[in-house]
Amino acid sequence: MAIDFLYPQYEVVRNYDRCIACRACERQCANEVHFYDPEFEKMMVDESKCVNCHRCVSLCPTRALKIVKTDHTFKENANWTGKAISEVYRQAGSGGVLLSSMGNPEPYPIYWDKILINASQVTNPPIDPLREPMETKTFLGKKPGKIERDENGRLVPNMSPQLELNVPIMFSAMSYGSISYNAHESLARAACALGTYYNTGEGGLHQDFYQYGPHTIVQVASGRFGVHKDYLEAGAAIEIKMGQGAKPGIGGHLPGHKVGPDISKTRMIPEGTDAISPAPHHDIYSIEDLRQLVYSLKEATEYKKPVMVKIAAVHNVAAIASGIARSGADVICIDGYRGGTGAAPTRIRDNVGIPIELALAAVDQRLRDEGIRDQVSVVVGGSIRNSADLLKAIALGADACYIATSALLALGCHLCRSCQTGKCNWGIATQRPELVKRLNPDIGSQRLINLVTAWDHELKEMMGGMGINSIEALRGNRLMLRGLGLTQKELDILGIKHAGE
Amino acid sequence: MLQKEGKIRIPAGCAISGIFHKDGTRENGTRIIDSIRTMHDRSNGLGGGFAGYGIYPEYADFYAFHVFYDTQSAKDECEKELERHFDIVNLSKIPTRRHPRITDEPMIWRYFVTPLHTKLAASQLDEREFVARFVIRINHTLDGAYIFSSGKNMGVFKASGFPEDVGEYYRLEDYEAYSWTCHGRYPTNTPGWWGGAHPFALLDTTVVHNGEISSYDANRRFIEMFGYSCDLLTDTEVITYIVDYLGRKLGLTLEEISHVIAAPFWSTIEKQEPAERERLTYLRNAFASLMVTGPFSILVGYEGGLMALNDRLKLRSMVVGEKDETVYIASEECAIRVIEPGLDRIWAPRGGEAVIVSLNDGGKQ
Amino acid sequence: MKRVYVNEKWCLGCHLCEYYCAFANSGKSSMVKALKDHKIAPRIRIEERNNISFAVNCRHCTDPLCVKGCISGALTIVDGAVQIDSDKCVGCYTCILSCPYGALSTSNEGAIQKCELCAKNEFGQPMCVQGCPNKAIVYEER
Repeated sequence: MAIDFLYPQYEVVRNYDRCIACRACERQCANEVHFYDPEFEKMMVDESKCVNCHRCVSLCPTRALKIVKTDHTFKENANWTGKAISEVYRQAGSGGVLLSSMGNPEPYPIYWDKILINASQVTNPPIDPLREPMETKTFLGKKPGKIERDENGRLVPNMSPQLELNVPIMFSAMSYGSISYNAHESLARAACALGTYYNTGEGGLHQDFYQYGPHTIVQVASGRFGVHKDYLEAGAAIEIKMGQGAKPGIGGHLPGHKVGPDISKTRMIPEGTDAISPAPHHDIYSIEDLRQLVYSLKEATEYKKPVMVKIAAVHNVAAIASGIARSGADVICIDGYRGGTGAAPTRIRDNVGIPIELALAAVDQRLRDEGIRDQVSVVVGGSIRNSADLLKAIALGADACYIATSALLALGCHLCRSCQTGKCNWGIATQRPELVKRLNPDIGSQRLINLVTAWDHELKEMMGGMGINSIEALRGNRLMLRGLGLTQKELDILGIKHAGE
Repeated sequence: MLQKEGKIRIPAGCAISGIFHKDGTRENGTRIIDSIRTMHDRSNGLGGGFAGYGIYPEYADFYAFHVFYDTQSAKDECEKELERHFDIVNLSKIPTRRHPRITDEPMIWRYFVTPLHTKLAASQLDEREFVARFVIRINHTLDGAYIFSSGKNMGVFKASGFPEDVGEYYRLEDYEAYSWTCHGRYPTNTPGWWGGAHPFALLDTTVVHNGEISSYDANRRFIEMFGYSCDLLTDTEVITYIVDYLGRKLGLTLEEISHVIAAPFWSTIEKQEPAERERLTYLRNAFASLMVTGPFSILVGYEGGLMALNDRLKLRSMVVGEKDETVYIASEECAIRVIEPGLDRIWAPRGGEAVIVSLNDGGKQ
Repeated sequence: MKRVYVNEKWCLGCHLCEYYCAFANSGKSSMVKALKDHKIAPRIRIEERNNISFAVNCRHCTDPLCVKGCISGALTIVDGAVQIDSDKCVGCYTCILSCPYGALSTSNEGAIQKCELCAKNEFGQPMCVQGCPNKAIVYEER
């Protein structure tokens, strides 16, 4: 219907002087944007199907392609933007909830970019990480807070189960289903090589990946997909997912067409059925119920594994975190509103939750005010984009960071935010075999290793500049941070001073 | 306007020196002043101080509070608080001598006290915890009063000025100690507040420190969970609290404390035998937030002993000398040679290697 | 000896190897100059059916039938790789008929052509390998 017509958002610009009609673009586009017209003897496009994933652009051997945002426009209106208008048309046409993928792209403040890092001058020497040891190994888990000695006066190792991380970066939860087998294999292999952990997400653990168990965090989410005794025992830690930054307060939905034989087996659900995770855990309607689940999981695994609880950063996150710290959880994971997803209602993704920087600062301070910061480790995620974000997060108080969007970018994701279509041209957010094979885990795992290694190098350089040579001395060291262009209220919440102070 | 210590964090470089007689021999303050005088250029006249152990044998069973007062009303209020919680067996001005380079003196008083039995019983606290809480509370809340020494049979003497002048000002030739530590300060800002000088003390633990620790805020925000209040924003203060917390409250030995605050590198830990590796890993992980990084050399004084410790990279100089039963520790070798030219042995301890000396008879004099 | 190997599992059937091959052996300075409006005759070919695809080029057999069959001595083994001396080739196509992989083909330049591992062109390394986006073609010792 004409009334439903929306002009394509992107235009494919082909330089015909360069195009050799090799048709790689055509073969690589799962959206069928490109096609060869034998009559014209030319490559043609249907840009209405283009999601701007750059697969064709990246593979074009003669650099003949680029994608541009269309200059087709509605009449200028600062309030009724083209996006706002188009969304009304789409909903008027479909009657449905708008869906989106990946993290909140709206222009809210990015506090990381308003925080600056300190360096040593004169009174305290910078340390050169090329000459001196620089340590970024960290442990997650409850600390004892007291010592015990045996009859000979020797210290008794009264430590709760810990996760040992060679780098303060882990790959956060992405389920098998939302991402492909090869994406999971890449993450798992990289986590092993790096001495850190990846997270199964709520989709269970594929039989092939049990071998990576010592570097796997197994998730227990509201749908309980794929959860059984072997699964719990396979991981190095268990994460209870209460919420996700991209869609706080709602569950998840893997459409049946993605539930093929392998996923069906891994999730323990019939093939072709929708996998629906409820919004709450139906056995957790309050904090005391969470405590029971934490201890149920600990009982099931004989108190050998740390139990983590993941929540979305919402308004009263500090109080919630305090409750979780007292629930017996060993690690609290907080996911900011920029965190990614394979699919979420657009309105929720773009309007619910709070920035991770503020949530982290509030949680860390609250736990310290209550004297229980040591009883629990804090891991944050939800758009850690580079090593500077990582360093700032640790200085604000995080023990380690979760990355997922960055990890997917390393695997080839171009943030076209069309995961929900299942036609990921990079072989990541898809279950179609011919697309999945586009991600070779030999390449993928190496790129993840490269990324994390590079960040670790940069982290060490910046730490050295501050005169810090171990990550534990950076954690919560807010004096190493200054705000720029922030209000006093924002500075107070972040617990940092303004630049120049 | 320049902000007073505690309102702003002030980096400082410094000189430290210490003398310890393992046989319990006591000497007056003359030689420790001579030692620190030699390192005059490591201070800038904005702070100096001394701690002496064994100086009050006649009051050995009483806590000796040394207090700075800015105003008479602060003194009145503090004394009222003291009387509410303690039995004061003696009080006096601390004797000083007029000195041309020591100015802006506050009122400096000394009290020998013991907790009131009823108060102590009602608090259900260990006596030392009772005293420590009182000191922290006064310093945190009572404006214009500052208890800068609170141990038994020991005392801290400090002021704004060069340390040798401070020593003369306090007439240290009149005190005899088996253990002396001292400090000359080179702060990079000029608050000129006496309380900001070192040593920093809580009960009988005193710390003198040379360096600027980069882990400061990580350590501060952690230790403040346990009832401490870092009001001065100085490294020395936070190190003192760490030592107090790990030692007095948790019961770690000094050697174990050194493995927390100057923990060995993981690469070093991995090379140890399994039992030692497990022990060091435990200490480093269990108290991770109390690791101190950045340059420091510290002398931790306590009843019956002295610990010297460098940061793990040894970013600050520190040497140790021995002559018979006496141990000398200083930022520079010259500061030892000037008072003891005929040393039996002199060496520079490695980074993170604690040197711990104790009275031969275990402190029972 | 290093050879070009194919990991069929990772072949996407994008055919880029064919274009990189054609360009590498064109002697032209850019792919556009070499291939624009040309029908390419690469020395590597993608075989595909349904969802299975893989590249095929000369295997550089240890006991090559093409070399055995060559009537003019144009095909020889140099350091383990089968090479052509175009001057000696008489165009009898015995080699094309005898190769079980179909890795030789006729050439516009008169003689036959086959993969010579880019040893003779300016790249020196197999360009199909460099151009493969998914490591489906690798050049390695096995």
